[in-house]
Amino acid sequence: MAMSQIKPALVAVPGSDIAVSTRNITKFYGYVEALRDLSLEFPRGQLTSLLGPSGCGKTTLLKIIGGLLEPTSGEVEVNGQTVTGPGPDRAFVFQDFALLPWASVMRNVAFGLEMRGVGRSEREDIAARYIKEVGLAGFEKAYPHQLSGGMRQRVGLARALSVDAQVLLMDEPFSAVDEQTRRKFQEDLLSLVQNENKTFIFVTHSIEEAVYVSDQIAILLPRPSRVSEIIRPSNFREKGVDNIRRDPEYLDIVDQIWSSLRSYVE
Amino acid sequence: MRQVAPVSIAGAPPGAPTAGKRSIAPSRSLVLKILSAAILFGAWEIAGRIPVSYAFPTFVESMAALFRLAADGTLWTAYAETLQPLVVGVTISALLGIAIGLWVGLSEFFDWLFSPIFIVMQAAPLAALIPLLVLAYGIGLTSKVLVVCIMAMPVIVLNTASAVRNTPESMKEMARAYLATDLTILLKIIIPAASPVIFAGLRLGISAGFIGAILAELKITPTGVGDIITFSRSIADYPTMYAAIFSIILLAVLFLNLLEWIEAVLFKGNQRGYVSD
Ligand SMILES: Nc1ncnc2c1ncn2[C@@H]1O[C@H](COP(=O)(O)OP(=O)(O)O)[C@@H](O)[C@H]1O
Ligand SMILES: [Mg+2]
Repeated sequence: MAMSQIKPALVAVPGSDIAVSTRNITKFYGYVEALRDLSLEFPRGQLTSLLGPSGCGKTTLLKIIGGLLEPTSGEVEVNGQTVTGPGPDRAFVFQDFALLPWASVMRNVAFGLEMRGVGRSEREDIAARYIKEVGLAGFEKAYPHQLSGGMRQRVGLARALSVDAQVLLMDEPFSAVDEQTRRKFQEDLLSLVQNENKTFIFVTHSIEEAVYVSDQIAILLPRPSRVSEIIRPSNFREKGVDNIRRDPEYLDIVDQIWSSLRSYVE
Repeated sequence: MRQVAPVSIAGAPPGAPTAGKRSIAPSRSLVLKILSAAILFGAWEIAGRIPVSYAFPTFVESMAALFRLAADGTLWTAYAETLQPLVVGVTISALLGIAIGLWVGLSEFFDWLFSPIFIVMQAAPLAALIPLLVLAYGIGLTSKVLVVCIMAMPVIVLNTASAVRNTPESMKEMARAYLATDLTILLKIIIPAASPVIFAGLRLGISAGFIGAILAELKITPTGVGDIITFSRSIADYPTMYAAIFSIILLAVLFLNLLEWIEAVLFKGNQRGYVSD
Protein backbone atom coordinates (compact mmCIF):
# COMPACT_ATOMS: atom_id res chain seq x y z
CA MET A 1 0.00 0.00 0.00
CA ALA A 2 1.35 3.35 -0.98
CA MET A 3 0.16 5.16 2.10
CA SER A 4 -0.12 4.32 5.67
CA GLN A 5 -3.60 4.83 6.93
CA ILE A 6 -4.16 4.83 10.59
CA LYS A 7 -7.32 4.70 12.58
CA PRO A 8 -7.51 7.37 15.25
CA ALA A 9 -6.05 5.32 18.00
CA LEU A 10 -2.87 6.36 19.67
CA VAL A 11 -0.18 6.35 17.06
CA ALA A 12 3.53 6.61 17.31
CA VAL A 13 4.61 8.80 14.46
CA PRO A 14 7.52 7.14 12.75
CA GLY A 15 10.85 8.88 12.92
CA SER A 16 9.93 12.23 14.42
CA ASP A 17 9.03 13.79 17.71
CA ILE A 18 5.83 15.56 18.60
CA ALA A 19 5.73 19.37 18.64
CA VAL A 20 2.10 19.83 19.55
CA SER A 21 -0.38 17.45 21.05
CA THR A 22 -3.98 17.92 22.03
CA ARG A 23 -5.41 15.63 24.69
CA ASN A 24 -9.07 14.85 25.10
CA ILE A 25 -10.19 18.30 24.02
CA THR A 26 -13.86 19.01 24.48
CA LYS A 27 -15.33 22.38 23.64
CA PHE A 28 -18.85 23.58 24.24
CA TYR A 29 -20.23 26.86 22.96
CA GLY A 30 -23.18 27.13 25.30
CA TYR A 31 -25.06 23.95 24.49
CA VAL A 32 -23.33 23.42 21.15
CA GLU A 33 -20.65 20.78 21.38
CA ALA A 34 -18.04 21.87 18.86
CA LEU A 35 -15.39 19.30 19.78
CA ARG A 36 -15.66 16.04 21.68
CA ASP A 37 -12.75 14.29 23.32
CA LEU A 38 -10.34 15.11 20.55
CA SER A 39 -6.76 13.86 20.76
CA LEU A 40 -4.25 14.49 18.05
CA GLU A 41 -0.49 14.72 17.68
CA PHE A 42 1.42 17.03 15.39
CA PRO A 43 4.93 15.87 14.42
CA ARG A 44 7.69 18.47 14.53
CA GLY A 45 8.86 19.96 11.26
CA GLN A 46 5.88 18.63 9.37
CA LEU A 47 2.67 19.99 8.00
CA THR A 48 -0.52 18.54 9.42
CA SER A 49 -3.83 19.44 7.84
CA LEU A 50 -7.12 19.56 9.66
CA LEU A 51 -9.59 18.68 6.96
CA GLY A 52 -13.33 18.54 7.23
CA PRO A 53 -16.61 20.08 6.18
CA SER A 54 -17.34 23.55 7.49
CA GLY A 55 -18.78 23.70 10.96
CA CYS A 56 -16.93 20.62 12.16
CA GLY A 57 -14.74 22.56 14.56
CA LYS A 58 -11.48 23.12 12.66
CA THR A 59 -11.20 26.79 13.57
CA THR A 60 -12.21 26.02 17.13
CA LEU A 61 -9.43 23.46 17.46
CA LEU A 62 -6.87 25.78 15.90
CA LYS A 63 -7.82 28.63 18.23
CA ILE A 64 -7.59 26.32 21.21
CA ILE A 65 -4.08 25.32 20.13
CA GLY A 66 -3.30 29.00 19.63
CA GLY A 67 -4.47 29.78 23.16
CA LEU A 68 -7.15 32.14 21.87
CA LEU A 69 -9.94 29.90 23.15
CA GLU A 70 -10.08 27.79 26.26
CA PRO A 71 -11.20 24.22 25.90
CA THR A 72 -14.07 23.14 28.13
CA SER A 73 -11.91 20.21 29.12
CA GLY A 74 -8.69 18.61 27.96
CA GLU A 75 -5.36 20.23 27.30
CA VAL A 76 -2.89 21.25 24.65
CA GLU A 77 0.84 20.78 24.95
CA VAL A 78 3.38 22.61 22.86
CA ASN A 79 6.90 21.26 23.29
CA GLY A 80 5.75 19.46 26.40
CA GLN A 81 4.35 22.59 28.01
CA THR A 82 0.66 23.03 28.67
CA VAL A 83 -0.89 25.92 26.78
CA THR A 84 -2.61 28.53 28.91
CA GLY A 85 -2.84 31.32 26.36
CA PRO A 86 -1.13 32.74 23.29
CA GLY A 87 2.62 32.31 23.39
CA PRO A 88 5.77 33.20 21.48
CA ASP A 89 6.08 29.61 20.29
CA ARG A 90 3.01 29.91 18.07
CA ALA A 91 2.07 32.32 15.27
CA PHE A 92 -1.31 32.61 13.61
CA VAL A 93 -2.32 33.18 9.99
CA PHE A 94 -5.96 34.19 9.78
CA GLN A 95 -8.58 33.28 7.24
CA ASP A 96 -9.66 36.93 6.89
CA PHE A 97 -6.03 38.14 7.05
CA ALA A 98 -6.74 40.37 10.10
CA LEU A 99 -4.50 43.18 8.88
CA LEU A 100 -4.65 46.63 10.41
CA PRO A 101 -6.14 48.82 7.67
CA TRP A 102 -4.50 51.97 8.98
CA ALA A 103 -1.03 50.46 9.04
CA SER A 104 1.37 50.04 6.15
CA VAL A 105 2.55 46.63 5.02
CA MET A 106 5.74 47.27 6.98
CA ARG A 107 3.92 48.03 10.22
CA ASN A 108 1.55 45.12 9.75
CA VAL A 109 4.38 42.66 9.20
CA ALA A 110 6.34 44.09 12.12
CA PHE A 111 3.31 44.06 14.43
CA GLY A 112 4.20 40.78 16.14
CA LEU A 113 7.75 41.96 16.76
CA GLU A 114 6.45 45.30 18.02
CA MET A 115 4.30 43.44 20.57
CA ARG A 116 7.39 41.51 21.64
CA GLY A 117 9.17 44.75 22.37
CA VAL A 118 11.68 44.54 19.53
CA GLY A 119 13.11 47.99 18.76
CA ARG A 120 11.92 49.80 15.71
CA SER A 121 14.94 49.61 13.44
CA GLU A 122 15.58 45.98 14.30
CA ARG A 123 12.00 44.91 13.72
CA GLU A 124 11.82 46.80 10.44
CA ASP A 125 14.97 45.05 9.26
CA ILE A 126 13.47 41.67 10.09
CA ALA A 127 10.10 42.60 8.60
CA ALA A 128 11.73 43.86 5.41
CA ARG A 129 13.47 40.51 5.02
CA TYR A 130 10.21 38.58 5.29
CA ILE A 131 8.31 41.03 3.09
CA LYS A 132 10.91 40.23 0.47
CA GLU A 133 10.70 36.53 1.14
CA VAL A 134 6.96 36.45 0.48
CA GLY A 135 7.45 38.42 -2.71
CA LEU A 136 6.17 41.83 -1.63
CA ALA A 137 9.41 43.82 -1.88
CA GLY A 138 8.56 47.37 -2.90
CA PHE A 139 5.16 47.31 -1.20
CA GLU A 140 6.47 48.15 2.27
CA LYS A 141 4.69 51.50 2.31
CA ALA A 142 1.46 50.31 0.70
CA TYR A 143 -1.73 49.97 2.74
CA PRO A 144 -3.79 46.77 2.85
CA HIS A 145 -6.67 48.17 0.79
CA GLN A 146 -4.24 48.76 -2.06
CA LEU A 147 -3.37 45.08 -2.23
CA SER A 148 -5.17 42.15 -3.78
CA GLY A 149 -6.44 39.34 -1.57
CA GLY A 150 -3.46 37.19 -2.36
CA MET A 151 -1.04 39.95 -1.48
CA ARG A 152 -2.88 40.64 1.77
CA GLN A 153 -2.47 37.05 2.80
CA ARG A 154 1.23 37.27 1.96
CA VAL A 155 1.38 40.13 4.45
CA GLY A 156 -0.34 37.90 7.01
CA LEU A 157 2.15 35.15 6.27
CA ALA A 158 5.14 37.48 6.55
CA ARG A 159 3.81 38.68 9.91
CA ALA A 160 3.61 35.10 11.15
CA LEU A 161 7.06 34.19 9.83
CA SER A 162 8.79 37.27 11.19
CA VAL A 163 8.14 36.39 14.84
CA ASP A 164 10.00 33.14 14.22
CA ALA A 165 7.60 30.93 16.14
CA GLN A 166 8.17 27.19 16.00
CA VAL A 167 4.54 26.42 15.28
CA LEU A 168 2.55 28.08 12.52
CA LEU A 169 -1.22 27.91 12.81
CA MET A 170 -2.96 28.62 9.52
CA ASP A 171 -6.74 28.87 9.34
CA GLU A 172 -7.86 28.33 5.75
CA PRO A 173 -5.27 30.87 4.69
CA PHE A 174 -5.90 30.43 0.99
CA SER A 175 -9.67 30.08 0.98
CA ALA A 176 -10.21 33.75 0.22
CA VAL A 177 -7.83 34.00 -2.72
CA ASP A 178 -8.44 33.12 -6.32
CA GLU A 179 -7.57 29.71 -7.72
CA GLN A 180 -4.37 30.65 -9.57
CA THR A 181 -2.98 32.52 -6.60
CA ARG A 182 -3.93 29.65 -4.37
CA ARG A 183 -1.92 27.16 -6.45
CA LYS A 184 1.10 29.40 -6.26
CA PHE A 185 0.59 29.66 -2.50
CA GLN A 186 0.43 25.91 -2.16
CA GLU A 187 3.71 25.49 -4.01
CA ASP A 188 5.30 28.18 -1.87
CA LEU A 189 3.98 26.51 1.24
CA LEU A 190 5.66 23.24 0.28
CA SER A 191 9.04 24.91 -0.03
CA LEU A 192 8.39 26.80 3.19
CA VAL A 193 7.81 23.53 5.04
CA GLN A 194 11.02 22.18 3.57
CA ASN A 195 13.19 25.17 4.25
CA GLU A 196 11.91 26.40 7.59
CA ASN A 197 12.21 23.98 10.42
CA LYS A 198 8.72 24.71 11.69
CA THR A 199 5.64 22.75 12.53
CA PHE A 200 2.65 23.72 10.42
CA ILE A 201 -0.95 23.16 11.42
CA PHE A 202 -3.05 23.94 8.43
CA VAL A 203 -6.83 24.11 8.33
CA THR A 204 -8.56 23.57 5.04
CA HIS A 205 -11.85 22.35 3.66
CA SER A 206 -10.31 21.47 0.31
CA ILE A 207 -9.42 17.81 -0.11
CA GLU A 208 -7.02 18.47 -2.99
CA GLU A 209 -5.27 21.21 -1.07
CA ALA A 210 -4.85 19.01 1.99
CA VAL A 211 -3.44 16.12 0.02
CA TYR A 212 -1.18 18.40 -1.96
CA VAL A 213 0.50 20.15 0.96
CA SER A 214 0.32 17.74 3.91
CA ASP A 215 2.64 15.30 5.55
CA GLN A 216 -0.28 14.21 7.67
CA ILE A 217 -4.01 14.76 7.24
CA ALA A 218 -6.44 14.57 10.12
CA ILE A 219 -9.98 14.19 8.88
CA LEU A 220 -12.52 15.74 11.20
CA LEU A 221 -16.17 14.82 11.09
CA PRO A 222 -19.03 16.76 12.58
CA ARG A 223 -21.81 15.72 14.95
CA PRO A 224 -20.20 14.75 17.16
CA SER A 225 -16.93 16.29 16.14
CA ARG A 226 -14.06 13.83 16.15
CA VAL A 227 -11.00 12.73 14.24
CA SER A 228 -12.22 10.03 11.90
CA GLU A 229 -8.90 9.08 10.37
CA ILE A 230 -5.33 10.14 9.96
CA ILE A 231 -3.68 9.79 6.59
CA ARG A 232 0.02 10.13 5.89
CA PRO A 233 0.77 10.48 2.20
CA SER A 234 4.16 8.89 1.81
CA ASN A 235 6.17 9.26 -1.31
CA PHE A 236 4.78 11.49 -4.01
CA ARG A 237 6.27 14.62 -2.45
CA GLU A 238 9.74 13.78 -3.72
CA LYS A 239 8.64 13.64 -7.32
CA GLY A 240 8.57 17.42 -7.59
CA VAL A 241 5.73 19.94 -7.36
CA ASP A 242 4.84 19.61 -11.01
CA ASN A 243 4.07 15.92 -10.76
CA ILE A 244 2.13 15.72 -7.54
CA ARG A 245 -1.28 16.31 -9.04
CA ARG A 246 -0.85 13.45 -11.54
CA ASP A 247 0.60 11.01 -9.10
CA PRO A 248 -1.55 7.88 -8.67
CA GLU A 249 -1.11 7.94 -4.92
CA TYR A 250 -2.23 11.59 -4.80
CA LEU A 251 -5.34 10.75 -6.81
CA ASP A 252 -6.07 7.67 -4.72
CA ILE A 253 -5.91 9.58 -1.49
CA VAL A 254 -8.15 12.32 -2.82
CA ASP A 255 -10.69 9.70 -3.86
CA GLN A 256 -10.47 7.84 -0.63
CA ILE A 257 -11.01 10.98 1.46
CA TRP A 258 -13.95 11.98 -0.67
CA SER A 259 -15.60 8.61 -0.22
CA SER A 260 -15.29 8.87 3.55
CA LEU A 261 -16.54 12.46 3.62
CA ARG A 262 -19.35 12.31 1.09
CA SER A 263 -21.91 10.89 3.48
CA TYR A 264 -21.45 13.95 5.74
CA VAL A 265 -22.10 16.50 3.04
CA GLU A 266 -25.70 17.45 2.53
CA MET B 1 -11.14 40.19 -2.31
CA ARG B 2 -13.17 40.09 -5.43
CA GLN B 3 -10.82 42.59 -6.90
CA VAL B 4 -7.42 41.43 -8.00
CA ALA B 5 -4.71 43.99 -8.35
CA PRO B 6 -3.44 44.52 -11.86
CA VAL B 7 0.07 43.80 -10.68
CA SER B 8 1.32 40.27 -10.62
CA ILE B 9 1.70 38.95 -7.10
CA ALA B 10 5.42 38.46 -7.02
CA GLY B 11 6.17 40.88 -9.84
CA ALA B 12 7.88 44.21 -9.63
CA PRO B 13 5.93 46.78 -7.62
CA PRO B 14 4.52 49.76 -9.46
CA GLY B 15 6.78 52.32 -7.82
CA ALA B 16 5.06 53.89 -4.88
CA PRO B 17 1.49 52.69 -5.10
CA THR B 18 0.43 55.18 -2.45
CA ALA B 19 1.37 58.43 -4.10
CA GLY B 20 -0.54 60.22 -6.81
CA LYS B 21 -4.19 60.17 -5.88
CA ARG B 22 -3.69 61.66 -2.42
CA SER B 23 -1.56 64.66 -3.26
CA ILE B 24 -4.23 66.48 -5.28
CA ALA B 25 -7.09 65.62 -2.96
CA PRO B 26 -6.62 68.40 -0.38
CA SER B 27 -6.40 71.21 -2.93
CA ARG B 28 -9.48 69.93 -4.71
CA SER B 29 -11.49 69.78 -1.52
CA LEU B 30 -10.35 73.35 -0.76
CA VAL B 31 -11.58 74.54 -4.14
CA LEU B 32 -14.90 72.82 -3.51
CA LYS B 33 -15.19 74.43 -0.10
CA ILE B 34 -14.53 77.89 -1.52
CA LEU B 35 -16.97 77.26 -4.33
CA SER B 36 -19.76 76.16 -2.02
CA ALA B 37 -19.10 79.17 0.23
CA ALA B 38 -19.29 81.46 -2.81
CA ILE B 39 -22.61 79.96 -3.89
CA LEU B 40 -24.00 80.30 -0.37
CA PHE B 41 -22.93 83.94 -0.01
CA GLY B 42 -24.24 84.71 -3.50
CA ALA B 43 -27.62 83.27 -2.60
CA TRP B 44 -27.60 85.24 0.65
CA GLU B 45 -26.82 88.48 -1.23
CA ILE B 46 -29.65 87.86 -3.71
CA ALA B 47 -32.10 86.93 -0.97
CA GLY B 48 -31.14 90.11 0.91
CA ARG B 49 -31.69 92.27 -2.16
CA ILE B 50 -35.10 90.92 -3.09
CA PRO B 51 -35.57 91.15 0.01
CA VAL B 52 -37.20 88.00 1.39
CA SER B 53 -37.98 89.86 4.59
CA TYR B 54 -37.41 93.41 5.82
CA ALA B 55 -35.42 91.81 8.64
CA PHE B 56 -33.02 90.02 6.30
CA PRO B 57 -29.96 92.09 5.36
CA THR B 58 -27.75 91.43 2.37
CA PHE B 59 -24.44 89.63 2.64
CA VAL B 60 -22.51 92.83 1.95
CA GLU B 61 -24.38 94.81 4.61
CA SER B 62 -23.75 92.07 7.13
CA MET B 63 -20.05 91.94 6.31
CA ALA B 64 -19.82 95.69 6.65
CA ALA B 65 -21.44 95.38 10.08
CA LEU B 66 -19.00 92.64 10.97
CA PHE B 67 -16.02 94.84 10.10
CA ARG B 68 -17.52 97.65 12.16
CA LEU B 69 -17.86 95.31 15.13
CA ALA B 70 -14.31 94.13 14.66
CA ALA B 71 -12.93 97.62 14.21
CA ASP B 72 -14.49 99.17 17.32
CA GLY B 73 -13.51 96.15 19.42
CA THR B 74 -17.05 95.10 20.33
CA LEU B 75 -16.56 91.73 18.64
CA TRP B 76 -13.40 90.89 20.54
CA THR B 77 -14.79 91.76 23.96
CA ALA B 78 -17.89 89.75 23.11
CA TYR B 79 -15.83 86.71 22.17
CA ALA B 80 -13.65 87.05 25.25
CA GLU B 81 -16.92 86.49 27.11
CA THR B 82 -18.49 83.83 24.88
CA LEU B 83 -15.36 81.75 24.45
CA GLN B 84 -15.08 81.08 28.19
CA PRO B 85 -18.02 78.68 28.56
CA LEU B 86 -17.46 77.43 25.02
CA VAL B 87 -13.81 76.48 25.43
CA VAL B 88 -14.25 75.11 28.95
CA GLY B 89 -17.39 73.19 28.01
CA VAL B 90 -16.06 71.78 24.76
CA THR B 91 -12.77 70.75 26.38
CA ILE B 92 -14.54 69.00 29.24
CA SER B 93 -16.97 67.36 26.84
CA ALA B 94 -14.24 66.11 24.54
CA LEU B 95 -11.89 64.77 27.20
CA LEU B 96 -14.49 63.43 29.59
CA GLY B 97 -16.77 62.36 26.74
CA ILE B 98 -14.11 60.24 25.06
CA ALA B 99 -12.93 58.80 28.37
CA ILE B 100 -16.45 57.86 29.45
CA GLY B 101 -17.20 56.61 25.94
CA LEU B 102 -14.19 54.29 25.97
CA TRP B 103 -15.23 53.02 29.36
CA VAL B 104 -18.84 52.48 28.37
CA GLY B 105 -17.72 50.73 25.20
CA LEU B 106 -15.34 48.43 27.00
CA SER B 107 -17.44 47.44 29.97
CA GLU B 108 -20.97 46.19 29.97
CA PHE B 109 -21.38 47.41 33.51
CA PHE B 110 -20.53 50.99 32.63
CA ASP B 111 -22.69 50.70 29.56
CA TRP B 112 -25.58 49.76 31.81
CA LEU B 113 -24.70 52.52 34.26
CA PHE B 114 -24.03 55.46 31.95
CA SER B 115 -25.66 54.94 28.57
CA PRO B 116 -29.20 55.80 29.73
CA ILE B 117 -27.98 59.07 31.24
CA PHE B 118 -26.50 60.22 27.96
CA ILE B 119 -29.40 59.01 25.88
CA VAL B 120 -31.74 61.04 28.10
CA MET B 121 -29.37 64.00 27.96
CA GLN B 122 -29.38 63.84 24.19
CA ALA B 123 -33.14 63.66 23.98
CA ALA B 124 -33.92 66.23 26.67
CA PRO B 125 -35.28 69.58 25.52
CA LEU B 126 -32.49 71.86 26.66
CA ALA B 127 -34.64 75.00 26.80
CA ALA B 128 -36.74 73.33 29.46
CA LEU B 129 -33.69 72.38 31.50
CA ILE B 130 -32.10 75.82 31.53
CA PRO B 131 -34.37 77.25 34.26
CA LEU B 132 -33.48 74.27 36.43
CA LEU B 133 -29.77 74.80 35.85
CA VAL B 134 -30.09 78.47 36.70
CA LEU B 135 -31.98 77.57 39.82
CA ALA B 136 -29.26 75.18 40.90
CA TYR B 137 -26.10 76.91 39.68
CA GLY B 138 -27.07 80.56 39.22
CA ILE B 139 -26.50 82.65 36.12
CA GLY B 140 -22.71 82.47 36.10
CA LEU B 141 -20.16 80.57 34.12
CA THR B 142 -21.07 77.20 35.68
CA SER B 143 -24.55 77.14 34.21
CA LYS B 144 -23.28 78.15 30.78
CA VAL B 145 -20.55 75.52 30.81
CA LEU B 146 -23.16 72.95 31.78
CA VAL B 147 -25.36 73.97 28.86
CA VAL B 148 -22.42 73.52 26.50
CA CYS B 149 -21.65 70.12 28.03
CA ILE B 150 -25.24 68.92 27.87
CA MET B 151 -25.27 69.80 24.21
CA ALA B 152 -21.84 68.45 23.33
CA MET B 153 -21.16 65.45 25.51
CA PRO B 154 -23.87 62.87 24.75
CA VAL B 155 -23.03 62.46 21.09
CA ILE B 156 -19.32 62.24 21.88
CA VAL B 157 -19.90 59.56 24.54
CA LEU B 158 -22.38 57.56 22.50
CA ASN B 159 -20.30 57.66 19.32
CA THR B 160 -17.13 56.70 21.13
CA ALA B 161 -18.85 53.84 22.94
CA SER B 162 -20.43 52.38 19.84
CA ALA B 163 -17.19 52.70 17.88
CA VAL B 164 -15.34 50.83 20.62
CA ARG B 165 -17.98 48.13 20.75
CA ASN B 166 -17.78 47.70 16.99
CA THR B 167 -14.03 47.12 16.82
CA PRO B 168 -13.67 44.09 14.54
CA GLU B 169 -13.26 41.02 16.72
CA SER B 170 -10.72 39.54 14.32
CA MET B 171 -8.30 42.44 14.83
CA LYS B 172 -8.45 42.10 18.60
CA GLU B 173 -7.96 38.37 18.27
CA MET B 174 -5.00 38.89 15.97
CA ALA B 175 -3.43 41.24 18.51
CA ARG B 176 -3.94 38.71 21.29
CA ALA B 177 -2.42 35.97 19.17
CA TYR B 178 0.65 38.17 18.73
CA LEU B 179 0.90 38.68 22.49
CA ALA B 180 -0.55 42.18 22.84
CA THR B 181 -1.56 43.19 26.36
CA ASP B 182 -5.01 44.60 27.07
CA LEU B 183 -3.58 48.11 27.23
CA THR B 184 -1.81 47.72 23.88
CA ILE B 185 -4.99 46.37 22.36
CA LEU B 186 -6.80 49.50 23.56
CA LEU B 187 -4.10 51.87 22.32
CA LYS B 188 -3.05 50.17 19.10
CA ILE B 189 -6.21 48.44 17.93
CA ILE B 190 -9.37 49.76 19.52
CA ILE B 191 -8.63 53.49 19.50
CA PRO B 192 -7.23 53.65 15.95
CA ALA B 193 -10.10 51.48 14.69
CA ALA B 194 -12.63 53.66 16.49
CA SER B 195 -11.01 57.00 15.67
CA PRO B 196 -13.06 57.88 12.56
CA VAL B 197 -16.31 57.45 14.47
CA ILE B 198 -14.89 59.14 17.57
CA PHE B 199 -13.93 62.14 15.45
CA ALA B 200 -17.33 62.16 13.78
CA GLY B 201 -18.80 62.33 17.30
CA LEU B 202 -16.40 65.13 18.21
CA ARG B 203 -17.43 67.12 15.17
CA LEU B 204 -21.11 66.74 15.97
CA GLY B 205 -20.51 67.37 19.66
CA ILE B 206 -18.45 70.48 19.14
CA SER B 207 -20.97 71.92 16.67
CA ALA B 208 -23.65 71.30 19.27
CA GLY B 209 -21.39 72.93 21.86
CA PHE B 210 -21.30 76.13 19.79
CA ILE B 211 -25.07 76.11 19.65
CA GLY B 212 -25.13 75.51 23.40
CA ALA B 213 -22.81 78.45 24.10
CA ILE B 214 -25.03 80.87 22.14
CA LEU B 215 -28.19 79.35 23.55
CA ALA B 216 -26.85 79.86 27.06
CA GLU B 217 -26.18 83.52 26.32
CA LEU B 218 -29.63 84.01 24.85
CA LYS B 219 -31.52 82.14 27.59
CA ILE B 220 -29.53 82.73 30.77
CA THR B 221 -28.05 86.21 30.65
CA PRO B 222 -27.27 88.15 27.52
CA THR B 223 -23.48 88.35 27.45
CA GLY B 224 -20.88 88.19 24.73
CA VAL B 225 -22.05 87.33 21.24
CA GLY B 226 -25.50 86.50 22.59
CA ASP B 227 -25.70 90.06 23.89
CA ILE B 228 -24.84 91.49 20.46
CA ILE B 229 -27.57 89.35 18.92
CA THR B 230 -30.19 90.25 21.53
CA PHE B 231 -29.35 93.95 21.61
CA SER B 232 -29.11 94.51 17.85
CA ARG B 233 -32.40 92.71 17.34
CA SER B 234 -34.08 94.91 19.94
CA ILE B 235 -33.01 98.04 18.03
CA ALA B 236 -33.74 96.41 14.64
CA ASP B 237 -30.08 96.58 13.59
CA TYR B 238 -30.36 93.43 11.55
CA PRO B 239 -27.02 93.62 9.71
CA THR B 240 -25.23 93.59 13.07
CA MET B 241 -27.36 90.73 14.33
CA TYR B 242 -26.56 88.65 11.26
CA ALA B 243 -22.91 89.65 11.48
CA ALA B 244 -22.76 88.20 14.99
CA ILE B 245 -24.52 85.01 13.94
CA PHE B 246 -22.25 84.73 10.93
CA SER B 247 -19.14 85.18 13.06
CA ILE B 248 -20.05 82.31 15.36
CA ILE B 249 -20.78 80.01 12.41
CA LEU B 250 -17.48 81.01 10.83
CA LEU B 251 -15.67 80.23 14.05
CA ALA B 252 -17.37 76.84 14.26
CA VAL B 253 -16.44 76.01 10.66
CA LEU B 254 -12.83 77.04 11.21
CA PHE B 255 -12.68 74.98 14.37
CA LEU B 256 -14.12 71.91 12.67
CA ASN B 257 -11.53 72.26 9.94
CA LEU B 258 -8.83 72.40 12.57
CA LEU B 259 -10.25 69.23 14.07
CA GLU B 260 -10.20 67.53 10.69
CA TRP B 261 -6.58 68.49 10.30
CA ILE B 262 -5.74 67.12 13.76
CA GLU B 263 -7.42 63.85 12.85
CA ALA B 264 -5.49 63.64 9.61
CA VAL B 265 -2.20 64.17 11.44
CA LEU B 266 -2.96 61.78 14.29
CA PHE B 267 -4.50 58.94 12.31
CA LYS B 268 -2.92 59.17 8.91
CA GLY B 269 -3.73 55.72 7.62
CA ASN B 270 -7.38 55.83 8.52
CA GLN B 271 -8.31 57.90 5.50
CA ARG B 272 -6.90 55.22 3.34
CA GLY B 273 -10.03 53.22 3.64
CA TYR B 274 -10.82 49.96 5.27
CA VAL B 275 -10.03 46.56 3.99
CA SER B 276 -13.48 45.44 3.15
CA ASP B 277 -14.44 41.84 2.42
N1 LIG C 1 -18.36 31.83 19.03
C1 LIG C 1 -19.20 30.80 18.83
N2 LIG C 1 -20.37 30.71 19.51
C2 LIG C 1 -21.21 29.68 19.32
N3 LIG C 1 -21.00 28.68 18.46
C3 LIG C 1 -19.86 28.70 17.73
C4 LIG C 1 -18.91 29.76 17.88
N4 LIG C 1 -17.88 29.52 17.05
C5 LIG C 1 -18.18 28.37 16.42
N5 LIG C 1 -19.37 27.86 16.83
C6 LIG C 1 -19.97 26.60 16.39
O1 LIG C 1 -19.05 25.57 16.58
C7 LIG C 1 -19.00 24.73 15.46
C8 LIG C 1 -17.61 24.65 14.91
O2 LIG C 1 -17.25 25.91 14.38
P1 LIG C 1 -15.85 26.19 13.68
O3 LIG C 1 -14.77 25.77 14.59
O4 LIG C 1 -15.83 27.59 13.23
O5 LIG C 1 -15.92 25.20 12.44
P2 LIG C 1 -15.06 25.19 11.09
O6 LIG C 1 -13.89 26.09 11.27
O7 LIG C 1 -14.70 23.76 10.91
O8 LIG C 1 -15.96 25.64 9.99
C9 LIG C 1 -20.03 25.25 14.47
O9 LIG C 1 -21.20 24.49 14.60
C10 LIG C 1 -20.26 26.66 14.90
O10 LIG C 1 -21.59 27.03 14.64
MG1 LIG D 1 -13.35 27.80 10.09
